[in-house]
Amino acid sequence: MQHPVIIVGASMGGLRTAESLRRFGYLGPITVIGEEIHSPYNRPPLSKEVLATEVSHQAVAFEQRPATADVNWILGTKAISLDTEHNTVTDSNGEVHQYSALVIATGLRSKRVNFRNGELANRFALRTLDDAIALREQFTEGKNVVIIGGGFIGCEVAATAVKLGCNVTVIHNAAHPMLRPLGEELASEMQKRHQAMGVRFLLKRSAEDLVGASHVEGVLLDDGKTIDCDVLVEAVGSLPNVEWLSNNNINRNDGVLVDSAMRVIRKDETVISNVFAIGDVARFVNSIFDLVPRRVEHWNIPTETAKRAGSVIAAMLNKTENYPAILDEPFKPVPSFWTDQYDNHILAFGLLGLADKISLVAGDVQGECVFEYHRGDQLVGVCGIGMRSIVQSYRTKFI
Amino acid sequence: MIKIEVDMTKCQHYGQCVFEAPNIFRLNSDDKLEYTAEADDSERANVEAAVDVCPMQAIRIVE
Repeated sequence: MQHPVIIVGASMGGLRTAESLRRFGYLGPITVIGEEIHSPYNRPPLSKEVLATEVSHQAVAFEQRPATADVNWILGTKAISLDTEHNTVTDSNGEVHQYSALVIATGLRSKRVNFRNGELANRFALRTLDDAIALREQFTEGKNVVIIGGGFIGCEVAATAVKLGCNVTVIHNAAHPMLRPLGEELASEMQKRHQAMGVRFLLKRSAEDLVGASHVEGVLLDDGKTIDCDVLVEAVGSLPNVEWLSNNNINRNDGVLVDSAMRVIRKDETVISNVFAIGDVARFVNSIFDLVPRRVEHWNIPTETAKRAGSVIAAMLNKTENYPAILDEPFKPVPSFWTDQYDNHILAFGLLGLADKISLVAGDVQGECVFEYHRGDQLVGVCGIGMRSIVQSYRTKFI
Repeated sequence: MIKIEVDMTKCQHYGQCVFEAPNIFRLNSDDKLEYTAEADDSERANVEAAVDVCPMQAIRIVE
């Protein structure tokens, strides 16, 4: 009997891996194990459309293709352990699954803030569809919404909550929201645009504790002041879901370290030839920039890494002649991200966070504009508000 | 021949599709998406890649 390719994680990356396996000619069995009960869906609308309107799973679900109609989906089930010696995964129902190849696509979960008085209702994070639906019910007119964390998710949620009539405060530990990725000039401009819409920022501040008996009523700040809070949103980043991989000598330092074929690397630097990691959880070298392995939490990375893993696995299991050549192909996806806040459409390519010099190259920072991000002489990113054709024209400079 | 549909109520003109299938998709001078609704079968792989990378999942191949 042929053992299936098992994909752990039923999100976009898991789905794209299954599709890629079929596209590259693997016809054998595929099993996907996913913790959420939902079939794969598109996450970006969760902080925007889903929060602003009533949206169902159906509206954000990915369309399933005929080629993957025979995939065995085991949803609402968590993988709890892996044994790379015997090629098995054990799930939360105690079932043991044998694989021919394994794909780790378990992604991330929301980081939460640790408060002394933390056992209170009305604390939210935003990562899953169920998170978004729960939060949506809270965003009614006049509510005091406090968001901890002024990154992209925090700012998108702030924009949506303000549009729905909430009183929105963002607590952020840096001098401007989105400062680290965007840089001083663009971040301070975006701050002004948020403030003009009514968002209040408490900058270079942190939340010390929560006030309330059964539900959150206030947030105590590090300057001793307390602000009113009906709904608390924690948007303080995410953690890779790697705990279930313990006891396999896998390098799990900030995600799962993989080679350019998405094959998992052990702590002793040897490669596990039939175990792969893709998406947000995978840490890999992108030679566009340098030789430092990084996790990249941009929306296009699950798709790019899934395609790569799918092509390698298909060649390996089909025992095609060109398998060694496929392993040697370079893997250099151009990271791409966007964010929509009010009418500001921000589009970027590259890894902006690597830059030590940021310069305006088109437009006007108070209107539409494009910035180049350099590290030394090397172009590492481009980012614009509007002016998409110009931002787009940079993409080929990275390839 | 393949037929391509873009739901313009969903499309936010990110132009990610332009790179995957440049013969089919383009941004015009107002940064708005334009596309060719019919294409040769040889474009199928490119259009499928464009479907995958659309942030709004607004592109469909009509079978």
